[in-house]
Amino acid sequence: MRLYFRFFAMHLKSRMAYKKSFFFSVVGQFLTSFSAFLALWFLLYRFENVRGYTISEVLLCFGVVLSAFALAECFFRGFDTFSATVRTAQFDRILLRPRSLIFQVLCERIEFSRLGKLLQAALMLGCGIAAAPVAWTPYRALVLAMMILGGCAVFAALFLLYAALCFFTLEGLEFMNVFTDGAREFAAYPLDVYGPALLKICTFIIPYALFQYYPLQYLLGRSSDPRLGLLPLLAPLFALPCWAVWHIGVRKYKSAGS
Amino acid sequence: MKAYLSFFRMRLVNGLQYRTAALAGVITQFFWGFMEIQLYRAFYADHAAAFPMQFSHLVSYIWLRQAFLALLNTWTYENELFDMILNGNVAYELCRPASLYGMWFSRTAALRLSRAALRFWPILLVAALLPEPFRMHLAATPLTFVWFILSMALTVCVTVAFTLIVYFSCFYTVSSDGIRAILMPVTDFLCGGLIPLPFMPEGLARALQYSPFGAMLNAPLRIYSGDIAGRAMAETMLLQVFWLGVLCAIGYWMQKRGMKRLCIQGG
Repeated sequence: MRLYFRFFAMHLKSRMAYKKSFFFSVVGQFLTSFSAFLALWFLLYRFENVRGYTISEVLLCFGVVLSAFALAECFFRGFDTFSATVRTAQFDRILLRPRSLIFQVLCERIEFSRLGKLLQAALMLGCGIAAAPVAWTPYRALVLAMMILGGCAVFAALFLLYAALCFFTLEGLEFMNVFTDGAREFAAYPLDVYGPALLKICTFIIPYALFQYYPLQYLLGRSSDPRLGLLPLLAPLFALPCWAVWHIGVRKYKSAGS
Repeated sequence: MKAYLSFFRMRLVNGLQYRTAALAGVITQFFWGFMEIQLYRAFYADHAAAFPMQFSHLVSYIWLRQAFLALLNTWTYENELFDMILNGNVAYELCRPASLYGMWFSRTAALRLSRAALRFWPILLVAALLPEPFRMHLAATPLTFVWFILSMALTVCVTVAFTLIVYFSCFYTVSSDGIRAILMPVTDFLCGGLIPLPFMPEGLARALQYSPFGAMLNAPLRIYSGDIAGRAMAETMLLQVFWLGVLCAIGYWMQKRGMKRLCIQGG
């Protein structure tokens, strides 16, 4: 862990060397998610609600998903450039060092520009918490925190899967973006908006619904079953198959040369 | 003119090589469009009366946007051109016996066309075969289709002219990261890339209609389904021509002025 903080400090320093460019990319990140918010707001402003969800309820949901995504992106985006690491055989260097592989890949990159997104997420979450009709109790607050952390775990697992697939394809797979960036955009709305078939997929295949839809039902008082609030704890299980793919990939890895 | 055309062809062939990337793009864009229609369907189910566009018009809008994303988006920039300005290689470009503006205009347009040529038809083909609420319909009338093609060509030119302004702004700021980071989300939103203009609040939508952003992908995508027709269509296309002229003039002027004070670094 101490080593991670060393890396953390190193990345921070190197980013701060170019303050202006850092500032602009933070603003850019903020605006990207802000325009997604504007789109959502304009739609709900015109129609007032969708499938019975009001704007404050959707904001709460959006805040949770965006926070989870931004946190995951901040710390786990080292996997993003992983295709290049494999292709140029940089991965050999990582294999030689006496530390865990995943840990080293994570240390390669920490994206501070995602602070912009995180700030935006915190704002959404704040608005959602203040305005949504939730009867707050300590347990409900805990559920909210678990939703964010569970979501962060799911997104991190997806980034890991993305990197693991690079062992087989040598190239980043653009369609994985559907599951990460796409999920960030579309999971802004509670998932039942998209119909029951998609909800099933998002429960059993990629567990977005476990940290978003089900606990939200409990938070918003649409269901009184407190067990729904515990479902985000199951979401990190998704990391297991992703880790397995990564493991197979590492075994199969053949260096690309010099 | 012939020089620019062959320059255009060269870049076009170059861009057509990347077929795997195109396939990945097609799948991504298809899913994206599908999810988006699903979302609007939820809104439509609850509030059909308050819907500002016919649902089938909206569906065509979304499919066309996804299919021609590579052609119409406001955020494809060639890093090579920024680098050229940054590292002084632009000097080589200036040695060529052709205008920098014309050369870069044709190469930017070619890049977009080549990307779109590989991607648009699988998306439209599948979209045309989908079951009803998701199905992509034919253009309102054959004549509308002709107008659609014409307006599309204008949109590509307007978008390229806009992109060139961003390239040339690099003569003044050197680093382009900041401008791009901020412009990307803003322009995408303003031109109707996230939600179509009719879904925005009325005042904003009207203002954007008359701005250069309304002359981008908003115009052809709504002309296609007949959402803009008759007088409004003529007006929209005239605005496109107008903005094309203005943006080209600004870009050309920026390039001319930038050249005068440009200092090439390095040898």
